[in-house]
Amino acid sequence: MRAPDTNEILLQVEAVALSFGGVRALKDVSFNIRKGEIRAIIGPNGAGKTSMLNVVNGFYHPDHGTITFKGRTRDKMQPFEAARGGIARTFQNVALFKGMSALDNIMAGRTLKVRRGLLWQVLRYGPALREELEHRHRVEEIIDFLEIEAIRKVPVGRLPYGLQKRVELGRALAMEPELLLLDEPMAGMNLEEKEDMSRFIVDVNNQYGTTIALIEHDMAVVMDLSESVAVLDHGVKIADGTPDEVKNSQAVIEAYLGVAH
Amino acid sequence: MLYREAGQFKTTYVEDMAIFPIRQDRIALAVLLGIAFIGVPLLATFHIWPFGSDYLLWAILLPFLILALAAIGTNILVGYCGQISLGSGAFMAIGAYSAYKLVTGVHIPLAWLGCAISIPPLSVLASILLGGLIAAGVGILFGIPSLRIKGLYLAVATLAAQFFFDWAFLRIPWFTNYAPSGSVNAPELNFFGLIVQSPIERYLLCLLLVTLMALLAKNLVRGNLGRQWMAIRDMDIAAELIGIRPLYAKLTAFAVSSFIIGVAGALWAFVYLGSWEPLAFSIDRSLQLLFMVIIGGLGSIMGSFVGAAFILIVPIMLNLIPAELGVPLSTETIAHFEFIIFGSLICYLLIKEPHGFARLISIGKEKLRLWPFPY
Repeated sequence: MRAPDTNEILLQVEAVALSFGGVRALKDVSFNIRKGEIRAIIGPNGAGKTSMLNVVNGFYHPDHGTITFKGRTRDKMQPFEAARGGIARTFQNVALFKGMSALDNIMAGRTLKVRRGLLWQVLRYGPALREELEHRHRVEEIIDFLEIEAIRKVPVGRLPYGLQKRVELGRALAMEPELLLLDEPMAGMNLEEKEDMSRFIVDVNNQYGTTIALIEHDMAVVMDLSESVAVLDHGVKIADGTPDEVKNSQAVIEAYLGVAH
Repeated sequence: MLYREAGQFKTTYVEDMAIFPIRQDRIALAVLLGIAFIGVPLLATFHIWPFGSDYLLWAILLPFLILALAAIGTNILVGYCGQISLGSGAFMAIGAYSAYKLVTGVHIPLAWLGCAISIPPLSVLASILLGGLIAAGVGILFGIPSLRIKGLYLAVATLAAQFFFDWAFLRIPWFTNYAPSGSVNAPELNFFGLIVQSPIERYLLCLLLVTLMALLAKNLVRGNLGRQWMAIRDMDIAAELIGIRPLYAKLTAFAVSSFIIGVAGALWAFVYLGSWEPLAFSIDRSLQLLFMVIIGGLGSIMGSFVGAAFILIVPIMLNLIPAELGVPLSTETIAHFEFIIFGSLICYLLIKEPHGFARLISIGKEKLRLWPFPY
């Protein structure tokens, strides 16, 4: 496993609070993600893990607190800004474009890299065609990497769940992100699929140097993959550290197993 | 057994990204284009069956081509970008009336400024294309609500466009150059000295424009912009998170769609109708286009053609068949039967295959590849 190059901080979330009506999903949560690491966020159901990711890429706007990404501090992210800044993500319940093929889904991930506008695309000739081909080459590399060559022309709605998750990862990778947020990448997978997905995650981190933050419930996976783990419970961060530190934390054990009253 | 792609290896991505990657499809298309561009004119010139009279050209082929073009425009907005529109008829009208104003010269007196905006009469082709552009501009304007409202609510907003423009073209005499009857006449169709007059010339003009625009539309929908539209249609939240701006994607869809529909409207008025009233572009037209797109196949350029053919030809067939069979039926009864059969046919089709003819055809092709030994 690759250790972070430096202790440079890529993303810093500071005292973020988020509530939906009376429900306080996040209560003054602070944590950071260092450049190049694999960071896990864990916690029991309803702990606020997905809300945290949604705050980071601008889908939810926090009530207060700040988000510092690549040295720039702001009160809230906008989804488009987050994407342009290099944050990509996958969803807990796959959010692919169902009517499009796997190839088109991943090609859509290249949108921010497309330079030629409408008038060139209408002609699909010369520079426009060359650009389309460049993107196709790049996407084919990702398809090879994820071993989904056989299904590239299949509409994603017809694919089994495990492959859909892989296509979704491909779409996120097509953005060439600096920070990749994975929301339960292994939910509902069998052992073999989990092993494949773990390999992809480690490889992405190694080959492209992408920083990864993942939410996962499979503790074996979390402890193996990640370099540091943040634990949320009821919207509060109860532990943060290396997998070993977290495993032995009394607060974490109580959150997961309950306490005798 | 003939429809096989075995042995057709693609060695470049350009080949793989072709519109028709399978050789048999390319041959079929070439044959179809050959018939359309060479066969039909030849038969029509020598009045050989079925072109003994101009009926087939006037009543079927010409409206088919123009409405197929309008259906492509509707399909880009409704089928590709997922924005339901009931205002297609209005955008046809905008294309038609803008082209009419431009071809007859525009004069807007601005009394309070002491000057006037005057544009001299433009050529027919320039007017038709500019008419399309004006429709695109108006389309963008009416597309702005789509950023806030979705689905049925957006449909109602576009319906407002339909009724507003129906009213405007009927009641504001400036648009019709103060014609007392409210009906306007198309100019002489002069294309760089070539005067298009006979049905076959009109047919060829439309065929050329429709083929060209269908190709360009196909280029758009298989490029990045098309993927942005479909992404917005399928899941707008995920689209936004991969860096697609909903504003840009939706408004370009409105603009491109309205441009194509506007050009189709100008052709409908200039080439097919010759003289027209706002009634030619009423809500009925909008619904007809929407049906074409739904029956032909949402999100398919080819489906637009099939849908247009179905909606236009089936009623004519239903009308002709009893007469051909010698069944004595009054015209009124035939008209009623037409509604009944046509309506139930649409219901049946949509239950059997909600994705329209385009999906039926692609399923058929998949089966044909394995025929006669499916595994």
